[in-house]
Amino acid sequence: MKALSDIRITTALALVVLVGGGQLLPDWALFLMTIALAKGLVSLGIVMQMRAGLVSFGQGLFFCIGAYVSGLMANFTGVTDIFLLTALAVLACLAVGGAFGPLLANYRGIFFAMLSLSLSMILYGVLSKMNSLGGTDGLNVAAPTFAGYAPEGRDLSMTLYLYTVVIVVFIGAMLRTGFDSQHGLVSLAIRSNELRVEYLGASVRRTNAINYVISAVLGGIGGVITGLAIGHVDPEYAYWTTSGEFVFVAILAGYLSIPAVFVASIILELVRSFSNLYFPNTWQMVLGVFLLVIILALPNGLGSLFQRRREGGS
Amino acid sequence: MKLSVKRLMGATAAAALSLGIGAGAQAASHSDTFKIGLVTFLSGGAAESFGVPALNGGKLLIDMLNKGELPAPYDQKGFGGMTIEAVEIDEAGGATKQVQEFRNLVQREKVDAVLGYVSSGDCLAVPPVAEELKAFLVLYDCGTPRVFEEGSYNYVFRTAAHATMDNVSLAKYMTSRGIKVDSYAGVNQDYAWGQDSWADSVASMGVLMPDAKASTALFPKIFAGQYGTEISAVMREKPDLLHSSLWGGDLQAFMLQASARGIHKRMRIALAAGDHVIPQLGKKMPDGIILGARGMNGLAARAKGGELVDLLWDRYKAAYGVFPVQAPFRMWQGLLGVKSAVEKAMKANGGMKPTAEQMAAAMKGLSWEAPSGTITMALGNGHQAIQPNAIGTTKWDEAAGEMTLVDVEYYDAECVNPPDGVKAVEWIKAGFPGAKCD
Repeated sequence: MKALSDIRITTALALVVLVGGGQLLPDWALFLMTIALAKGLVSLGIVMQMRAGLVSFGQGLFFCIGAYVSGLMANFTGVTDIFLLTALAVLACLAVGGAFGPLLANYRGIFFAMLSLSLSMILYGVLSKMNSLGGTDGLNVAAPTFAGYAPEGRDLSMTLYLYTVVIVVFIGAMLRTGFDSQHGLVSLAIRSNELRVEYLGASVRRTNAINYVISAVLGGIGGVITGLAIGHVDPEYAYWTTSGEFVFVAILAGYLSIPAVFVASIILELVRSFSNLYFPNTWQMVLGVFLLVIILALPNGLGSLFQRRREGGS
Repeated sequence: MKLSVKRLMGATAAAALSLGIGAGAQAASHSDTFKIGLVTFLSGGAAESFGVPALNGGKLLIDMLNKGELPAPYDQKGFGGMTIEAVEIDEAGGATKQVQEFRNLVQREKVDAVLGYVSSGDCLAVPPVAEELKAFLVLYDCGTPRVFEEGSYNYVFRTAAHATMDNVSLAKYMTSRGIKVDSYAGVNQDYAWGQDSWADSVASMGVLMPDAKASTALFPKIFAGQYGTEISAVMREKPDLLHSSLWGGDLQAFMLQASARGIHKRMRIALAAGDHVIPQLGKKMPDGIILGARGMNGLAARAKGGELVDLLWDRYKAAYGVFPVQAPFRMWQGLLGVKSAVEKAMKANGGMKPTAEQMAAAMKGLSWEAPSGTITMALGNGHQAIQPNAIGTTKWDEAAGEMTLVDVEYYDAECVNPPDGVKAVEWIKAGFPGAKCD
């Protein structure tokens, strides 16, 4: 019961801070936050699998499916309603994730990573060849509408940001509950000793498959929001470097804390944005050094900071 | 100790966050400087051939303009007396990143204009954002005709012709130089640029040389680097002509591997955009290669000469030790176009620093002189440039120790570019209606 009210308080606090903070942000930062939170959702999917000891190098698959749902619907059917697009992306990712989840749940370690990667690269290859969908150049996406409301300028950025915040906070709270539930604890146990979990009567395969499907849905939602915010989708969304970036954030955050994932995602976007401005020729190196320092100083990620404080407090 | 490191990390992270967000409150640029964002590839596959030479050319020109070293009509210092200040951004990282960087340039750095983008994907992704932010955007390099054929913008311009004229000109060169082509093959990269180039080439040849047969079309993936299989396949096919729109390291690798096997002695090779690898290849680029430069750029411009060409050529060579290829030429024509638009707008508004609306109004349908010839914003309702083109044949000058271009054919802008309102592919297939050639 205490845990439940804790989550409620954290959720309400996160909502207030993010919504209130958003009003103060300049335009560029509002946009950066929207993208960072949306991409954070995708990384959250990886973190979810990381809790069970699996690292997916193919989250770009679902990120791309989500983004292309928004792009294709806008271009071919004229649907721009963000609620409908999000629902469609969730359905598409449920279908694809549901088809591959049980298959991938049989694999571990590098085999899981490579198989998930290959699936996203297949999508990349197919989209690159499809000239009717713009090939490698991709296609533009119309600005989203919100149940008939069609804002422009800062209002559009703000509405999209608020939409993202609500989704992120809601999903974050759900996942926190999920992480502390039986399923979530079994995931952690799988990470430490898979064999023992099987002997205790839990299904490792089923747990991994469920984690995969949920992370697929998270990837799809992140993709829809990113596609609509950027206004352009291309096969690059499914490319391995994109997936690698999500893994980068997941490693940065560690698997201990959910807010840490979004903080890590925001930090990555900020570091990239400013390093690109101040070191246009060496920004990749700045990013690399940054990751290296984090790994050396915080092997369990940014989340270990939050975790420690929580333990100290109770 | 370990804990304190962690505390430090936490504090640093928090500080970085607040600092980053806070840094947005920078002052807007003054009215005596004109801040321009330059976006081009500084890393990755397109950096060596396009991005870095373009940026070098751009920095050189901005420096010269700020000192007032150009001849009339560009003799006013900077842009209309305002000092030009450039903000450089790396284009690597994909369209998603570029949209973010563009927003940062406009909203955080408060630039007055952005000039950039080599990649067609970026050129499609960024214009809607420029339109949304009402920011003046000039695309200077990318090739896809889709930008203004599929979209219509108020604040977006492209100061270079799109890629259609590259392959139309190549086909015209075959007919006008009397090169016998019964069959031709293609080696193009497997992405939008390569696929479009081959499609344009086949369509143009279909009109100008209807009897020539397109034999094998090979699409190695981009940045493949190894072309042994493709070269074998083409040599087995024995076409009269080999068409390729490869660029950068790919083109260098292909030419080295192909010429080692003597392919250039068995067939003519036509490179749609090949001039930019000559500084790297030098004498290893065989004689007799038919070469385009996406405009009257580089060696083709040198062959024609002119005050601006000589200025660019000599100053660039002095500064960077190599001659300027197509990229610096396109950067110059972009910057000179912006300069012309800014100064025209200032003339109309009484010498004030022009707004994005005023610059856009001034640039629409504008025509100006660049080292690459007369640039006219003729297409896309006055937003898309057309420019003259030139195709030539390589010949190594043993005495001077440098590559030259011989048998150069020049094409008027209106001869190799479609008229306004006609889609490029349809224009080629219809047999170039409305083309004005000498």
